[in-house]
Amino acid sequence: MHFYTYDGSFEGLLTVVFEAYERKEWPTQIGQEGEAPPGIFAEHHFVPTQEDKAKRVWEGLGKKLSKAAWENVYKAYLWEQPGFEMLIFQFVRLVFSSTQSGVEENFAEPCVQKMAVVGKQMHREKHRMEAFIRFQRTQDGLFVAPISPDFNVLPLVVPHFEKRYADQHWLIYDVRRQYGAYYDLQSVQIVSLGEAPLGLRKGQLSPEILTAVEPLYQQLWQAYFDHVNIPERKNQKLHLRHMPKRYWKYLTEKKPRLQPHQPIQNKQVPTSVLRLNA
Amino acid sequence: MQTPLLEKLSILADSAKYDVSCSSSGGKRKNEGKGLGNAEGMGICHSYTEDGRCVSLLKILLTNFCIFDCAYCVSRKSNDVKRAAFTVQEVVDLTINFYRRNYIEGLFLSSGIFKNADYTMERLVRVAKKLRLEHKFNGYIHLKTIPGASEELVKEAGLYADRLSVNIELPTEESLQSLAPEKNFKEVLTPMGHIKDQLVLVKEEKKLFKSTPSFAPAGQSTQLIVGATPETDRQIMTLANGLYQNFNLKRVYYSGYVPVVTDSRLPLISTPPIIRENRLYQADWLVRLYGFGVNELLDEQNPQLDLQIDPKLAWALRNRHVFPLEINTADYEMILRVPGVGIKSAKKIVAARRFAHLTWEHLRQIGVVLKRAKYFITCGGRSLETREWDEETIRRRIIFGEKGSRASLWGSQLDLFQQAG
Repeated sequence: MHFYTYDGSFEGLLTVVFEAYERKEWPTQIGQEGEAPPGIFAEHHFVPTQEDKAKRVWEGLGKKLSKAAWENVYKAYLWEQPGFEMLIFQFVRLVFSSTQSGVEENFAEPCVQKMAVVGKQMHREKHRMEAFIRFQRTQDGLFVAPISPDFNVLPLVVPHFEKRYADQHWLIYDVRRQYGAYYDLQSVQIVSLGEAPLGLRKGQLSPEILTAVEPLYQQLWQAYFDHVNIPERKNQKLHLRHMPKRYWKYLTEKKPRLQPHQPIQNKQVPTSVLRLNA
Repeated sequence: MQTPLLEKLSILADSAKYDVSCSSSGGKRKNEGKGLGNAEGMGICHSYTEDGRCVSLLKILLTNFCIFDCAYCVSRKSNDVKRAAFTVQEVVDLTINFYRRNYIEGLFLSSGIFKNADYTMERLVRVAKKLRLEHKFNGYIHLKTIPGASEELVKEAGLYADRLSVNIELPTEESLQSLAPEKNFKEVLTPMGHIKDQLVLVKEEKKLFKSTPSFAPAGQSTQLIVGATPETDRQIMTLANGLYQNFNLKRVYYSGYVPVVTDSRLPLISTPPIIRENRLYQADWLVRLYGFGVNELLDEQNPQLDLQIDPKLAWALRNRHVFPLEINTADYEMILRVPGVGIKSAKKIVAARRFAHLTWEHLRQIGVVLKRAKYFITCGGRSLETREWDEETIRRRIIFGEKGSRASLWGSQLDLFQQAG
């Protein structure tokens, strides 16, 4: 039994793969530094990250995989669910051991199938973030959005926002994983605030730091959201399927209203029909 | 007195919401030179209303003042409602500020007709022009073309908008005459024709000169109101098909009539015909993407789509002589016609069977809905069903399940009738 640990970085994990091949000692489990070994008989190897080794593994994979399948290895790392390290290891081993190309489409292999499922989950969460991120503008012109995605998709959404908001300063902050991406009109940097301020975690920045018109635009958006709804077509089930409740925390349109928006009284439907409805 | 912005937005969003189109896909606007926004390829639904519809664009009217008196419309002249009008600058500010906060993909601007068609159209164009030129806005813009607007204005609109649309609203000239006396088919079809000609022209010119300015790169669409007038589904689909063929439309939208005004010319209904609307969309997809002809789905004997089952299944049940198909040998075009097989599955089947003889398990993994498909296909010459079922039985088993007790049957039946309205 071999228990490998690494520093938690993607390069670190790839170094573990390299080391395992070099020693010909296949891991039974891979964990982050400080993680308890799986049993008292496990032989523990801590592997310090070495970029050149990581690079060799990464480039080796690139030669054998399609671009999408190659990127998917990184997505599996960002997936972060229990056992992701071993999943990646098993997949990498399969890729390196196979002589023909197209091994990423061999869905008869459980780890290939699992990688596909993980890729799909990551894609979905990424797409949700691109849709559900809501910026609030501060006095110094910074657009701030807290997020708390199920998986670590922030690195995956950055290119989208870089293209879209090329002319504004923005900060997208993952409050669960305590780091963010900050764009300064030139490039994106990874930043960490240590403990994120309460307002950010709650999804509502304090009014003192927001630009004066910010509450107005939030209110306008809420009003818009309320008024595009057609009550006769209410379909709560569909609504929840598209917008699960766990995302509501940071959605401006789902926050409490300053004042309820009464439907515009512009309908003149005959009373007999109203009675039918009741 | 000036109406506050919040109230204006409330009124003008409320009266725009019955237009169902909300697509933001098909744009080809890249952000070059650090402007604002990017609208490449896929659209994004940023939110969903409680009725489960996607919110992708800021969909508003420039104004709900209107000189027309169309019976089905909330904003009709004779309706006693609050009226409001945005200024061009207000719409621009709202769009930019919503977009910057990632609320929306862009703007869908329509309007009531004030003064005359050109006066209104000119203002819609001005909004789009300002967004593009002054704010370097690359988000999505959908402009409604006002019936009767001049060709020059429509042409100019296409320079700044990603999509243009003219709503045909009612499926026949007679209905239009009866409910919207100021409108006629000619006024709707003329701008549609101009847009089409322009789309074709620009496409040709682009082949020669790459620098030719784009014209509505996401094409044009239209909307039909369903259930306000007595037209059959057959009439509606025939019209839609004609529009696709003759005007290169990207989409025809079907909007189930929601009663908004009292008028003796309109039917009394308590809930909008949501199921019928859904069936029309399904038929629309079958015609556009599955190679079905309208006359195969609807004919003299069957002028309405079946509300209980989808149009593909209905067609398959009426054409049992075509089935069963052997999945390992049948043509792609025929596999597309099997209930429970979509375009993706059909493609996978054709690709996969080059390597292996397909089994039922393969089909399941590929994503075929066997519950429906099994009555219409064989796999290696075998059927999953040991018995030959008649049309009625297949229909019942697909709708109500294969075991279904009497009680559950009743439950779902009632539910269906309720939804069918």
